[in-house]
Amino acid sequence: MQKMVNVYFYGKKYSVPADLTIMTAMEYAGYTLKRGCGCRHGFCGACATIYRIKGKNELKTCLACQTQVEEGMYVASIPFFPTDKRTYDINEIKPTEQIMMELYPEIYSCIGCNACTKACTQGLNVMQYIAYAQRGEFEKCAEESFDCVGCGCCSTRCPAGISHPMVGVLARRLTGKYIAKETEHLKKRVEEIKHGDYDQLVEQIMQKPIAEMQELYNTRDIEE
Amino acid sequence: MYTENMQASVKKVEATRAERLGMEPRRMTAEEKDTLLQKFHPDYRKEGFAEIKIGPNKGEKAPAELSHLLHSNSRLLGVDLDLNKIDYDTDVLIIGGGGAGASAAIEANEAGADVMIVTKLRIGDANTMMAEGGIQAADKENDSPMQHYLDAFGGGHFAARPELLKRLVMEAPDAIKWLNELGVMFDKKEDGEMVTTHGGGTSRKRMHACKDYSGAEIMRTLRDEVINRKIPVVEFTSAVELIKDDKGQAAGAILLNMETGDYMVARAKTVIIATGGAGRLHYQHFPTSNHYGATADGLVLGYRAGAPLLYQDTIQYHPTGVAYPSQIFGALVTEKVRSLGAMLVNVDGVAFMHPLETRDVSAASIIRECSERGKGVTTPLGSGIWLDTPMIEQLHGEGTIEARIPAMLRMYLNYDIDMRKEPILIYPTLHYQNGGLEISGDGFTKAIDNLLVAGEAVGGIHGRNRLMGNSLLDIIVFGRNAGKAAAKKAKETELGSMTLEHVVKYAQELKAAAIESEDVSPMLLPNYARHER
Ligand SMILES: Cc1cc2nc3c(=O)[nH]c(=O)nc-3n(C[C@H](O)[C@H](O)[C@H](O)COP(=O)(O)OP(=O)(O)OC[C@H]3O[C@@H](n4cnc5c(N)ncnc54)[C@H](O)[C@@H]3O)c2cc1C
Ligand code: SF4
Ligand code: SF4
Ligand code: FES
Repeated sequence: MQKMVNVYFYGKKYSVPADLTIMTAMEYAGYTLKRGCGCRHGFCGACATIYRIKGKNELKTCLACQTQVEEGMYVASIPFFPTDKRTYDINEIKPTEQIMMELYPEIYSCIGCNACTKACTQGLNVMQYIAYAQRGEFEKCAEESFDCVGCGCCSTRCPAGISHPMVGVLARRLTGKYIAKETEHLKKRVEEIKHGDYDQLVEQIMQKPIAEMQELYNTRDIEE
Repeated sequence: MYTENMQASVKKVEATRAERLGMEPRRMTAEEKDTLLQKFHPDYRKEGFAEIKIGPNKGEKAPAELSHLLHSNSRLLGVDLDLNKIDYDTDVLIIGGGGAGASAAIEANEAGADVMIVTKLRIGDANTMMAEGGIQAADKENDSPMQHYLDAFGGGHFAARPELLKRLVMEAPDAIKWLNELGVMFDKKEDGEMVTTHGGGTSRKRMHACKDYSGAEIMRTLRDEVINRKIPVVEFTSAVELIKDDKGQAAGAILLNMETGDYMVARAKTVIIATGGAGRLHYQHFPTSNHYGATADGLVLGYRAGAPLLYQDTIQYHPTGVAYPSQIFGALVTEKVRSLGAMLVNVDGVAFMHPLETRDVSAASIIRECSERGKGVTTPLGSGIWLDTPMIEQLHGEGTIEARIPAMLRMYLNYDIDMRKEPILIYPTLHYQNGGLEISGDGFTKAIDNLLVAGEAVGGIHGRNRLMGNSLLDIIVFGRNAGKAAAKKAKETELGSMTLEHVVKYAQELKAAAIESEDVSPMLLPNYARHER
């Protein structure tokens, strides 16, 4: 016999196999998911969920697709949360402290409660990456927030109304575009191609008969 | 936590590790690969396929589940729809908010066109978001577009369309540059040099990555840019049928609000299908690495409107899907784990193949090991093969796994498996649709001259197998290109009066071929809800 546990979806009780995730348990219970389900493998943040284990005080946040059900779990999904993304022109802005102040001034109202970090489904130090953003240390903010899936669980818990994942995206774009060194070999190759250096060579390889291509392929040298 | 039989086998893996660290398993010869594929690759299992009975590819085979959808009915038959009541009117309509759709939208917007995206779930709830390993481009000194061409052409069994493959490799460096300039954080060294690795089937290290969140980093940047540009994105809205006009052009799509069930009419001068893959059709009952909305909708819509398919009978099974624990069965274990040096090892601790053969060869070899040779490790849902991850830390130093493949580490740690210390169990998973709608070099379908396709919904770029890192590349190269081409074409397009005549005609053809189906298509979402008493 399969081991079963009792879980409560939006307060209603269902008995489900103990080895399911919250997401597959909802489907087992008969739900056809439309919202709150995207990649199903922990990458898109669509399945933000809040739960409490019966009899315990603590509220927990998680990704429904990555979390196994437990006995007495009271589950509510958060398929949408009104995080606030500010718009900007990436070519106009500069990686200075000023830009955070302009676009996300509320980060300076952080009271240091650490609720965001506790809520993070990816185990990131969210409060820390917000602190880096405040100080204009974008590269550090980018690193610390890199694994963010944008589920918004942190934002649901923040008394200062901060949209953490949006701050992270901005810091990463600034880092990727302006702070990390430009790639010389990439620039060079793009120019060579634009200049037509490979046009003839590529045409030649395209024209080769299959037998010759097979020979070339099977005997090509492979970089160590 | 591993079961007892698994733990016993782990001991054997550990016992042979030191010896294996110093050796490189032999690569298979071309003949060995051929025999292996024919005997063990799912594409060669006749029962998995069915003939397409009507339409441009009549008489050819397709996976049985896809054939069934092509033979099923339009939702709109018998629905009273007023095509003159237009809900959205635009130059360029993009169906699908993944990487291809978002790239197309940005370029069409850049070209000055009115453009909108409709997408089934949210923008970015897509296969693009899940790509871990990386993106190819020949941008280093020892590499060239020709070398990239050769690898991709050979890896795809010499079946890629040369004009498409040429575009892929020649525009690759510019695609990376474009992404980098949008702010994508590629793994770089201090001096700006890209950190690049091998992928299965590459002859040069040209895999660029953003840790193991490569697709996520690309997708969230593209999404951010789409929003910055104020491009309208209509979420939870699926295209269920293309609209044509009386001149045979594409003229928009009928949309379905996934939440209310209401239909809407979108009129457009050019339409781009960017609906991605088909993993959720679970061909031959395989689990899948794909997102929830990967149900081949674009192929069905396009086919019904008269656009032919190409290589619809070839599917990529990724050799390393999760075999255990069951909760994440089928999820992807990125190929980068093997690029970094982890070997494939059987129940006895023997490295039975080179870890970097192409995907189809690797998948077939793992299936053989678990079936004919009986050297798999038994799991609750079947069997699997070890991927010896602790080797990575021994080869490249402690901390490599956390730095380079954090998503993998996190996924397994959720289930108390520490891949730094213990190997992990894998089995092939349904991963990628090699085939799709046929396009010309500039992205247009051959049958309808203002209908474009980009991304995984295209067939022919890769041939009959795709190398890791060439798909993220194709969605950027062909997505951007489709956006530009669609914007330009929209300026010259004069629409006639709109019609769904083709849908009615298709239904008549089905009837004439005596095909009856209870089901409607496109499928939109897989049916996972259990309704048993
Ligand atoms: C787990 C995983 C890992 C991968 N790793 C790599 C890698 O390392 N390197 C690499 O090169 N490739 C990789 N790939 C492949 C690559 O990510 C995909 O092939 C590619 O991203 C597909 O992009 P796309 O834009 O065509 O489709 P998607 O990104 O899937 O986007 C399609 C969008 O269209 C929407 N849609 C579908 N039907 C409809 C409809 N009827 N109406 C409206 N919208 C619709 C979908 O919901 C989705 O949002 C990976 C794929 C997966 C699944
Ligand atoms: S930082 Fe916030 S949005 Fe990002 S993963 Fe953590 S909880 Fe989710
Ligand atoms: S939850 Fe908000 S206020 Fe509290 S530490 Fe995090 S960012 Fe600061
Ligand atoms: S569904 Fe994407 S993270 Fe859970």
